[in-house]
Amino acid sequence: MTAVTRDIIILNSLGLHARPAMQFVDLANQFQANITVHKEAGPDGVEAATVDGKSVMQMITLEATQGTSLRIEAEGDDAEEAVEQLAKLVEDKFGEEE
Amino acid sequence: MELLKGIGVSPGVVILPAVVLDAEDLVIPRRAIDASAVDSELARLQGAVEKATAELNELKTSLTAAHGKEIGSIFDFHTGLLKDKALIRQVVDEVRKNHSNAEYAVVLAMKKLAGMFLTMKDTYLSERVKDVYDLEKRILKTLIGAKHESLSHLESDVVVIAHDLLPSQTAALDKGRVKGFACDVGGRTSHTAIVARAMGIPAVVGLGNVTSAITGGDVIIIDGTRGIVIVDPDEEQLAEHAEYGRQHLRLEEELATLANLPAETTDGHTVQLLANIEFPSEIDDAVARGAEGIGLYRSEFLYMASETEPTEQDHYEAYCDAARRLKGKPLVIRTLDLGADKYTFGMGPVKEANPFLGDRSIRMCLHNLPMFKSQLRAILRAALEGDIRIMFPMISTIMELRQARMVLNDVIEELEDEGIPFKRDVPVGMMVEVPSAALLASNFAREVSFFSIGTNDLIQYTLAVDRTNEKVAGLFTPAHPAVLALIRDVIRAANRQGIGVSVCGEMAGEPLYTQLLLGLGLSTFSMNGPDVPEVKKIIRNTTTEHARQVARKVLSFDSERQVVHYLREETKKIIPEAF
Repeated sequence: MTAVTRDIIILNSLGLHARPAMQFVDLANQFQANITVHKEAGPDGVEAATVDGKSVMQMITLEATQGTSLRIEAEGDDAEEAVEQLAKLVEDKFGEEE
Repeated sequence: MELLKGIGVSPGVVILPAVVLDAEDLVIPRRAIDASAVDSELARLQGAVEKATAELNELKTSLTAAHGKEIGSIFDFHTGLLKDKALIRQVVDEVRKNHSNAEYAVVLAMKKLAGMFLTMKDTYLSERVKDVYDLEKRILKTLIGAKHESLSHLESDVVVIAHDLLPSQTAALDKGRVKGFACDVGGRTSHTAIVARAMGIPAVVGLGNVTSAITGGDVIIIDGTRGIVIVDPDEEQLAEHAEYGRQHLRLEEELATLANLPAETTDGHTVQLLANIEFPSEIDDAVARGAEGIGLYRSEFLYMASETEPTEQDHYEAYCDAARRLKGKPLVIRTLDLGADKYTFGMGPVKEANPFLGDRSIRMCLHNLPMFKSQLRAILRAALEGDIRIMFPMISTIMELRQARMVLNDVIEELEDEGIPFKRDVPVGMMVEVPSAALLASNFAREVSFFSIGTNDLIQYTLAVDRTNEKVAGLFTPAHPAVLALIRDVIRAANRQGIGVSVCGEMAGEPLYTQLLLGLGLSTFSMNGPDVPEVKKIIRNTTTEHARQVARKVLSFDSERQVVHYLREETKKIIPEAF
């Protein structure tokens, strides 16, 4: 069983706030695969973090604002499909209207 | 084994499993739960989470229907957190590994979560901390609420442990099953004490931290006679206290037979035993225990139990209710004794450097005439329904008394002008609880129909002791020769003038002082209802001559220690089991 990873960028204007985080987690929970989300250390003392993609509490703590780069990693039978759909959700700006 | 000391406010001994009640909006204490209780605690937690989720879903449905999908989804984040396995795991682990109670585990996890939100730079996100608080409250309410509900339908006998019992909580109790109370805070006049005495079950209050020392289901000993609670008792203590409990019941049964007998000495002298109450509902119990009327109705409790200012009609209805329950027996209504330690909704604690020397009681009434007048109107109107008397508290100068009477006369004129039926010649008395009034008792005696000596305040003002301050509370005693000299003089002044005199402080209900007060010439004793039988037993087993000897002897002592020692010996002769 191999891990599937995908780098994404948060595009929606409000970033990964409560509602998008909820949508992400709800979707992630539909898959069997273990899903983690990783954030690289950045300037201004932003620390690197890896959180459980199925926990809204942890996802929120990423403080992923617009423009933040994240890496989604999934491991499990349906990992491929999970990453595909999660990345699409982010790319579609969580359905937020511009 | 752990022994906790508090204030015994209702006598008796009970050994039963405990139910611990956490109040809303209070600091939730950590309670260690037994390893065997972990599963049931987790089930309770799961139930609360499920119930909170269901509540949120219901809320969403109704909000969506009323305001559309956008508004309907505002609680999605709450639901999301409740589904969050990482969050729930934290709570579960706290219960499972550290054996904490579910409430505490929830508070701990939520605190951590709130901390994370608060440190976020993004204000949009840090604002969500409010959602965390809101959700915390919802889960706690469900956890605690479920317990409240279960207290109204208990399967077996229990004792109730709480930080403090609120009237709403006691109202919901299954009274047939609750057999004792133990509280962190409180005193003799706290709600818990009153309810316990009315229910005739043991209670200990002012225990400090009993809620965190006891886990629901623990078998504990509550000894209301001695003011102690024993957690995790050993065999010996169980046997010992079971015996104390039986002794108390035997004494109660014996005293109950006294209820219908007069308070008469063996040489045929009769005194009057009255009860002190805060609410009319206490009257039935007091009368059942042998009280011949109410010597002190603390009318300010009408204010303290209400969230809005009571109207004249509210006063009137309460007084009529009391009068009807008494069926012609006397009812002495003390006018509002607010201020100092007793505040109402609207007044709030006004900042005063020395509240007990400040704008309290009759002084406050004279500064708030509309409030004072509406009470006096209600008393005069209700006086048509029974033997009602008025008593002004905290009188310290003759001018205060005359001012209060003038207000009363104004009210009489107003009622007359308005053509409202009322009783004109209601007897007016005063509390003697300030040393200045006690020293000039013979002057005051010419202007009132009766005195009632409020020993609690009289001691505080004479000895300069605040009995709620534990560092000096030991100095607070009715046995101080200075206090006794004042009481002697007040009784003497009243008897010379031929007016009634009673003692309505706690001293009146303590069997230790019964013979002394009788010997000083006291004709009326007013006390907490449950104290009536014991005081009556003393009176029925002494003579006036012996009581006078006791009084003479006591007045010859120069220290409270000698007084107490001597009175103990004298009291033991009549009630050996009293000490």
